[in-house]
This record gives sequence, structure tokens and C-alpha cells, in this order.
Amino acid sequence: MSIWSRVANMFRGDRLNREIDEELQGHLEQAIAEGREPAEARRALGSPLRLREESRDARLVTWVESLRADAIFGWRQLKKRKATSAAAILSLALGIGACTSAFRLIDALFFRPLSIAEPERLYVTSFAATDLDGKLDSYDSCSYPMFRQWRAVVKDQAELIAISYAERVDLTFGSDDVMEKAYRQYVSGWMFSSFGLQPAVGRLLTEGDDLKPGSAPVAVISYDYWARRFGRDPQVVGRTFRIGRDLYEIAGVAEKGFTGTETGTATDIFVPTMMKAGSVNNSNAFWFRTFVRPSRGVAVAALQSKMYTAYRAFEQERAKGFVNFPKRLLEGYPRTKLSLAPAATGVSEMQKDYRTSLVALAVLVGMVLLIACANVANLMAAQAAARAREMALRVSIGAGRWRLVQMLLVESAWLATLAAAVGGVFAWWSAPAIVSRINPPDSPARLFLPVDFRAVVFGAALTLAVVLLFGLAPALRASGVRPAGVLRGGEEPHARRRLMHALIAVQAAFCILVLFVAGLFVNTFEKLTHQPLGFSAARLLALEAEAQPAQSPWYWNQVADRLRATPGVEAVALAAWPLMSGTMSNNFVSINGAPPSDVLTYFLRVSAGWTSIMGIPFLDGRDFRPGETFPGVAIVNTTFAKRYFSGDDPVGKSFETRTAAGIPARFEIIGLVGDVKYQDIRQPILPQAYVPFASTDPKGAMEPRGWGTFIVRTSATDPLALASTLRLAVTRARPEFYVSNVRTQTAINQSHTVRERLLASLAAFFGIVALLLAGVGLYGVLDYSVLQRRKEIGIRLALGAQAGDVVRRVTVDVFSMVLGGALAGLALGFAAARFIQALLYQVKPTDPSMLALPALTIIAAALLAALPPAIRAVRVDPAETLRGE
Amino acid sequence: MPKPDSLQGSLDLLVLKILSRRPRLHGYAIMSSVQSMSDEVLRIEEGSLYPALHRMEEAGWIRAQWITKDTGRRARLYELTPAGKKQLAAEETRWQAVTFAVNRVLRMA
Repeated sequence: MSIWSRVANMFRGDRLNREIDEELQGHLEQAIAEGREPAEARRALGSPLRLREESRDARLVTWVESLRADAIFGWRQLKKRKATSAAAILSLALGIGACTSAFRLIDALFFRPLSIAEPERLYVTSFAATDLDGKLDSYDSCSYPMFRQWRAVVKDQAELIAISYAERVDLTFGSDDVMEKAYRQYVSGWMFSSFGLQPAVGRLLTEGDDLKPGSAPVAVISYDYWARRFGRDPQVVGRTFRIGRDLYEIAGVAEKGFTGTETGTATDIFVPTMMKAGSVNNSNAFWFRTFVRPSRGVAVAALQSKMYTAYRAFEQERAKGFVNFPKRLLEGYPRTKLSLAPAATGVSEMQKDYRTSLVALAVLVGMVLLIACANVANLMAAQAAARAREMALRVSIGAGRWRLVQMLLVESAWLATLAAAVGGVFAWWSAPAIVSRINPPDSPARLFLPVDFRAVVFGAALTLAVVLLFGLAPALRASGVRPAGVLRGGEEPHARRRLMHALIAVQAAFCILVLFVAGLFVNTFEKLTHQPLGFSAARLLALEAEAQPAQSPWYWNQVADRLRATPGVEAVALAAWPLMSGTMSNNFVSINGAPPSDVLTYFLRVSAGWTSIMGIPFLDGRDFRPGETFPGVAIVNTTFAKRYFSGDDPVGKSFETRTAAGIPARFEIIGLVGDVKYQDIRQPILPQAYVPFASTDPKGAMEPRGWGTFIVRTSATDPLALASTLRLAVTRARPEFYVSNVRTQTAINQSHTVRERLLASLAAFFGIVALLLAGVGLYGVLDYSVLQRRKEIGIRLALGAQAGDVVRRVTVDVFSMVLGGALAGLALGFAAARFIQALLYQVKPTDPSMLALPALTIIAAALLAALPPAIRAVRVDPAETLRGE
Repeated sequence: MPKPDSLQGSLDLLVLKILSRRPRLHGYAIMSSVQSMSDEVLRIEEGSLYPALHRMEEAGWIRAQWITKDTGRRARLYELTPAGKKQLAAEETRWQAVTFAVNRVLRMA
């Protein structure tokens, strides 16, 4: 019989008993059949119960049986101490759950390969250059003419695929009244076959769809979008939808699991690159990433140098067409280096933005888990002390050391397993909750977080590690009891306290580290949100609108007038785009015919009244007048005046620049306004020039505009309440206009601090949890040591010791541990701060206030935790304790 | 208290030897065989027989099989395994060494 049959026998206990009984019964019958006395035969055989037990032992694996016994015993132990067990389980669950959650996020964003054939054979081109300030800047956008060149150069060695940035666009399957949003990517027609993808329904795009600009308005939708939007209706093939001017027909549904190459965004709609007809022949339009699939046996390095050579030649040719570009910057152009980076896990900005943040968070939650482990270890150690007699008894009646370790570890495993179960639920809920907070609510991030074997294996390994972390040391110590000493009543308590004290120090170190880092993140967020922007976002609504066909500025004003007449609207102005929306336009300017400076100036096209609506202070001059058009007049900011007129009032002076077409344009400065943050909160303020929304061509005719933004100030505090009314009012005013996006200016501003808000709130949460856990741990240890030293305290008090003296004696060791741990934690914090430097804003880790806060918090928590045990110590009644012994 | 076994240490040997001569016996038959072959001199303690059989089965020296008899009753039959044959040889050698030693002591006395 193999070991497995023995293990199996364990789960068939009843059957085993029956078989043994049956065999013994057969023996008796045989004896009686041969003429023996039944009573004599039975007596000769002996007690059936004893026989059964002996046979059973022979046929079972005793250690498995003992495990079962330990499991039952351990469960009873846990149930006996419901409150402490629940506290231990909850704190561990929080730690395990948070760690698993962090693992799922990191895995999904950085390690999970794209669901395509041979993801490891996918590379992406990436450019790196040092900018004027010497900072390393990298980007990966390419132009289509460049892409064509590359394809020609490497055509036998690799397949190149163009995939645009995923963009959230407005589209409609019916009339314009029901616009909806979806993520779209322009992709090379041959992408699907190169990725080895099969259609779920219909057909996928092919090379034939991607030959001539604008020739094939067909689209493939993702399986995910098909399920979400159409409930997997196979009739979806052939349906049409409109994005802007283009009417697309759905050709098919892509393979399940493929949602584009931009990890963190799930692309819904794929259309051929040739549908971006206006850009495929423009060498100055950078709008997609170039993916590379090297053929088998082709070295990536060789491919890279080939593409780099082609890139340099191409860029040098392109630079000849640059207008108004400072000569200095043209030397050695392009200085950019090209590299082929592995793209097996997809490529996205989110990966770049969240790499350090997620690692920092993972380290924080790891610390919290370790604190929880230390707590439970102390709890187990204290309990082991209380059970020292039990252990001693077990040893003296012959239990082996390993047997005791097994028993205690099984008890720890119970705790950890229950904690893992609760933590699993926590992770299952929290990981998607965090993802939903990564992006602003109107364009949520989508990460696929399947609960598959990776997550489960991680959880199981973590649980095992946790059991060993908090269970092994107390188990080894408890099992090493010397029965003679313990049963006599004298034990060496100091040894056990040393372990506890060491753990307290570790807890204090980790706790202060978590608090320190949380403090940095919270402060960064505070600094960012209180950063003066130079304008007021209160009650402002930005209606991004399009006109098809493009309409004269005169009609744009007419629509604005209609909005002004809407009840609840205080003021309306036009701008090309809202401030802080990330869109920008910049140009080099020159003063008095001098060569262009190498500092870029931001431009923004705005209508009269825009500065007052935005609450930007007018320092001198005047606003635009009706009839003033671009080019001709400009309003500039203080930084512009400082940079180009050494701080003198620039009103009445002028500057020149060149338009994109290379035509010189001259502007008279008519006004001076305050500085604002134009594109991003973190950016230093650059010279800014505001120019009229309406423009005229060189012949003086009004130029029609296809898009712009109505900036509306409402009288109600929640501007979004008016959103749908205003949306309709725009289309009613003129049917050529429609609103593609409505956002409050506040939401636009907040979208710049989403990551910081997420980091600050999560770090603060874990900081509080860490503090709580450490406080509870400290309380537990002090309480235990007071309990254990009651006799000693009683004697001291009886001999006339002062209360203060007693308290000092009880707490001094623990407090020195906390202090030592805290110092170590701060040292760790300094080391860690360098790593997260990029996530901080105007916050210096060495700032004394950054150090003082966590230190004070932990000291306060320690004092609070020490209070009840200290009171208990001085209240010890000497007479009673001494009598009790 | 079970009676002291007069054949201490020899139970396994006897059972293995019987099974090597006559495969497929049930517990009672093993016991009777020992008795009859030793002309009623050796008696197996009935109470120790079954735990010993189960222990040897666990050790892999013998294997057991349930059969249904004509009466409809089931019986558990035992037979020797190859490992059991080796064990038997070892036990026999040991036994002979022991009896040789005991005999020498008796002769010298």
C-alpha cells in the first residue's frame, strides 16, 4: 500500500473501521465453525476496539492524522480568543489584501504580455534626447512619411506597424443628438495578421484597406467593446457610425482579449491609418508609434542602426523646411537617439507615469504587511508565554520539538489562511477601485485584472511567507521550552521579551518610514493644489465645439451670443482651447527684426472678454475690440514683458513671428495681463501671447474655423447643471455646430493632480493603518510585560518604589526600542526619498517639518499606547500580588 | 494486559513462512496452519495476529485482497509480495543465527 492509499484511508475512516471489524468478525465465525466456544474465541481475540485502533494506526499516515488533529486544536484555540484572533486576522488581511492588490496592478501594467502571437518579438521605436536644460527627454511619436522610409529600408528584415495613440473620440451610430465616446486607434491594415489575430465575427483589416488616403472607411471593433456596447450581436457587421466627417462601416470584431497596444487604455475601434488622410503625407505631423516585428534571425541592434541612419537622413532633409528656427538649435540636428525597445507588455504613457508611483505604493503596503506580521508575531509570543506550562507538559510526556512546531505553525496557518481569504476579497475589490481612480472620471483607465493563476499563486506564496514570518520564530521559541524549569514556575522571561522588543523596533522603523513617505506625498498634493494658477476656475464650463463645415468667426460669435442669452449664463467667451487642457501652440518670436530668440512663447487664440471671464488681471492696455483679427494685435503676460522688454511696459510695442505656412506676422501689443499656468501646473511660466480668435488670410478675408471652445461662466455654483442645455443651445443656434466635449474648468485643472491625489490618499490611508497597527502592537507588548512583571512590580512597590519609578522601569526598554527604530526608519526614509524624488513637487525630504511630523506622530501614538499599561502597573496592589504567589 | 508472547519476535517470521508455502490464506487459516504444522506446540496469540498482519501489509511484505466466499461472506486473503520474500529470507537468517547462539549457550551451560 502506497503512502497515498494511507492518506486516502484517512478520509475513509469509517470504511476502514468497517473493514477491520469485518475481518475480525470473519475470524470469530471461523473459530465458532470449528467448534470453539464463542465466548472463549472472543476472549482469545481480545478487545475489538483495541485491535481496531492498532490496525488503524498501521494503515494511516500518522502525521497527516496529526495535522488534522492540530488543525482542529488550532481552530479551537482561535475560537477561544475571538477578539485577538479577529484583530490579528483583520490586520493581516489588510496587509495581504493590499499587497495582492498592488501585485495585480503592477502585473497588469508592466508584466502581462499583450494577447498577440509571440509578444516577445514586438519592439517599439523610441527617441531620446537631452533638451536645452540638459534633461533627458524621451518620446515615441513618428510621422507617416518617415514611417514609409523606414519600411522601404527594412522591408525584408522586419515588419513595421503604425499604431496611433488611443484617443477618446465622439461618435454616433445614429443622429448627432446621441453622441457617445469611444477609444479609437489608427492602425496599419496589416497589424492584425502580423499579430496573428483572428476575427470573432466578420473580417479584420488588411493591407488592402490601408493603401490610399481616405479610401477605405472601414473599422474593426474590439471584442470587449462588442460585448459592452452591442451585447455580442453578430449583426453588428455592416453597421455604420460617424466620427467627425467620416462615415465608417464595421467590418468585423477582433479576437477576444485584444484591446490595442496601449496598456491602461482599452481601444474600442480600430481604423486604417490611411483614414487620417490629412496627416499621412505630412512630415511635421507626429501622431503614432512605430512597432517593429523583426523577422526570424534578424538582430535587433542591426535593425536599429539601419533605422537610425534612415531617420537622420530624413530629419536633416526635413530641417531644411524649418522656418523661424534658431540656428543654434539646428547644429548637429537631429541630436535624438533612436532605439528599439521591447514592447511585449504594450506601450503607454500610463506605464511611464505610474512606474515609480506603483512601486512606491507596493513598498508602502509591504511595510504595512510587515508591521502586521510583527504584531501577530508578538501576539503569538505572548500567547506562547501564557501557554508555556502546556508546552512543558507536552514535552515532558514525550512530544518532539518538531511536533510542537508543527502544532503552533498550524495555528499560524489558520490565522494566515483566514486573513488571506479576507484579504483576497479586499484585493478583488480594491484593485479595480484604484484603477478607476487613475484617470479623470470622463476618460477612465482600463486595466484588465483577471483573477488567474498568477494572482492566486502570488496570494498563496504571500500567505506562506506570512506564516513563516510571524509564526516560525515564536513557534521555535515556544517549542524549545525546558519543562523542568517551566513546570517549577520559574521561566526566563527576558529572552522572550527580547524578541518582542526587537519586533517593536522593526515596527517603529517601518511605521515611521510609511508616515514619512505619506507625508511627502500629501504635502506634494497640497502644494500642487494650492499652486497659484493665475486664473479662477470657479463656475467655468468649457464647451469644446466643432463646426462642419468650418464656419466664419462671425457665426462662432453668433453662437456665443445665443449662449449668453441662455438663463443661468453670466458671460461667454471664445478660446481655441481651455487653459490647462494640455493642448498648446508655441512659436519663436523676434523683437525689432532681431533673430528669433530660443525661448518659446505660448500662443492662444481668444476672443474679447476671455481675460475677464478667466479672472486674469489686466495690468495695462486694453482688451481686443470687435473687428480686430489675427494677425495684428496681441495681449502678452508679465513674463513676456520681462523676457523681451526687460520688465518695461510693452504696451504699444510690437513683435514678429512666422505662421506655420512660413508667412511673417507682426503683432502690436495692446495689453499686459498677469501670468497664468498655460499647460501644466508643474511647468515654469513661459512668455505668453494672446491673439484674436478670428483670423484673416493674407488677402484680408475672414478664415473659417472648424473647432474652438466656448468658455461659459454660469451663475450657479455647479456649472455642469447647465451642460446639456448649453449643448443643445449650440446646435440650435446654428446646425453646423456641435459640442464634442463638456468639462468644467475645475475638472480640467484637477486632471493634472490625479496621480498625486491617488498617491496622497492611499499613502495617508496606509500611514494611518501603519500607525494604528504599531500602536496596538506597542500596547500589547507593554501590557504583556506589565502582566508578566506583576510580581516584581509588587515587590518594588512594597519596598517603597515611587509610581514614576515603576512606570519608567516598565516603559524605558520599549521606548528606547521605539526611538531606535524610529531613527532607523528615518534613515531608510532619506534613502527612499531619492527614489521617489520625481513624484514630489516643491517638497524637500530634508525639510525639518517633514521629519518632525512623523516623529511627533509616532511618539504621540507610543505615549497613548503606553498609557493603559502604565496605569495598570502603578495600580498593582503589592499585597494582592504577593499573596497570589 | 495481553499475555507475554512466548514466541517474541518470531510472529512475523511464522506468518511470512506460512504464506510462502501456501499463498492466499485468511487470518484464521494462518493461525491454524502454524498450530497444525508445529504439532500444536506453537500457538499464535490471536489478539496480536491482526495488528501484525496490517503492519506487514503497510510495510509492503504482504498484500491482501477481499474475496466473497460461497456463503456470501467476505474474507480477506493474504499473500507474499517480492519484498516479503526478501524479508522472509532475512528473518530466517536472523532466526538461525539466534537459535544457533542460544544452542551454544545451552551446550556450554
